[in-house]
Amino acid sequence: MRRPLAPAALGAIVCALALSACGGSKPRLRVSAAASLHQAFTQYAAGFQPADVRFSFAGSDALAAQIEQGAKPDVFASANMTLPARLFVEGLVRRPVQFAANRLVLAVPRDSSIASLAQAERPGVTIAAGTATVPVGSYTATVISRLPAAQRRLLEANVRDREPDVTGIVGKLTEGAVGAGFVYATDALATHGAVRAIQLPAALQPRVGYAVAVVRGSAHLRQARAFVAGLLRGAGRADLRANGFLVAAIPPPASGG
Amino acid sequence: MTAPAHAGPLLGEPHGSLARSLVRRWWFSVAMGVSIAIALAFLTVPVVAIFVDVSPTRLLSSLGSSQSLQALRLSLETSAIAVATIVLVGTPAAYLLATRRFRGQALVLTLIELPLVLPPAVAGIGLLASLGPHGLLGGALAAAHVQLVLQTAGVVVALAFVSAPLYLRQAHAAFGGVQREHIEGALALGIRRPAVFLHIAIPIARPALLAGLALAWGRALGEFGATLMFAGSFQGITQTIPLAIYDEFSSDFPAALALSALLVAVSAAVLLTIKLLWTPSQPPL
Repeated sequence: MRRPLAPAALGAIVCALALSACGGSKPRLRVSAAASLHQAFTQYAAGFQPADVRFSFAGSDALAAQIEQGAKPDVFASANMTLPARLFVEGLVRRPVQFAANRLVLAVPRDSSIASLAQAERPGVTIAAGTATVPVGSYTATVISRLPAAQRRLLEANVRDREPDVTGIVGKLTEGAVGAGFVYATDALATHGAVRAIQLPAALQPRVGYAVAVVRGSAHLRQARAFVAGLLRGAGRADLRANGFLVAAIPPPASGG
Repeated sequence: MTAPAHAGPLLGEPHGSLARSLVRRWWFSVAMGVSIAIALAFLTVPVVAIFVDVSPTRLLSSLGSSQSLQALRLSLETSAIAVATIVLVGTPAAYLLATRRFRGQALVLTLIELPLVLPPAVAGIGLLASLGPHGLLGGALAAAHVQLVLQTAGVVVALAFVSAPLYLRQAHAAFGGVQREHIEGALALGIRRPAVFLHIAIPIARPALLAGLALAWGRALGEFGATLMFAGSFQGITQTIPLAIYDEFSSDFPAALALSALLVAVSAAVLLTIKLLWTPSQPPL
């Protein structure tokens, strides 16, 4: 009697899959988050009691495009305010709320001789930036557009790499594949000294705001709201602050929509 | 689960009716038919969907954008150089591996095939760790004024790294299939080894070598991860079609679809050209 073995084996596999899919009693919360939130959100999730949080980290623009194409994570956290606002207008997410702010910096490899933005304008310096649509890339475009025309041309000529998210830029910097890159202050901090941050003049600094929204149709609405609430006034806020995000100046949260 | 209920009567009654014996005879064919239908649907629906969702005008207009054209040209150039290099270096190497026996041969074969099972991200990291500015050979490359990262040459290196094993594997099998008598007979007749390789082994193995070339080229045209990590992405220099597709995905889904359709069409054209142009002169055996 060999035939019953196959269904038995199949049954065992199905059971194993079912167990791994919902092992433990906590619901699984899926969070699509900007790549720059990796460290802070991973720490926050480790202590998040209401749910077992699973992340998808990528460029905010790619995550938004996935949601527009029908992907249904429970929470969307973006490195800008415009993408969640657009999804809200499209009826795909509930009302977004700002939960953190950041700063753009020019980062260079640890052993680099570059010490200022002007020195990154020298011919031969290669610069990595985000693509035009990923938030870190559009903030960079803002910075460059605020420079005098001559400086702007020099800097633009040195941009030789357009990465789809900030993780790619940091990777190119730590491997010495580029001479400089525009990243968030928190990304430079997270490398523990592998890259050095050069502050940008205040006049060039864009407003870098992070917004989060519960995705419409989420099967775990209660847990998703708890996750957002923790970012605004709970453990998430502390983790964000510990990782260098600016959370002090945030106005009191609007209703979750 | 319905399988046990279905299997029960077949097992339980040794003297079944005609219908049962038919079922018994045909169930395997039916199972195979169902599995090929599932495989076919799973593998073709995504490709078909790309073309269903893209209007012909959209496809044509995407051909008109400079970003698409630059990406297409770069993809064709870099993949052609990569594949040509693979064939030039890989064909003699595969011939050696297939016709000589030496210690550690199995190890060499395994090492050559290893990149086949490496995820592209691992390939990208490996290339950076070996040929990047901080890599093992980074200092030597810099001393020789060779720069690969952020350069078109880096794209060629990434494509060659991920697609070479496909050609080497196929070429090894192809030369392995050339009967020993052909080679030994020719050598016994006093024909020199290079001539045996060029005029006997290669013509016999040619259809399989071309199949390997087509596979490697297809893989090179579709390469994404290793290119992005090692060479970066910049329009006209390192942004191949797959990188341009990902770039468009975030901002303009229809444009990404149109570019995808273009890549499918180009890849199919490359494969078909290789098949139609170069194989018919080989008489079917």
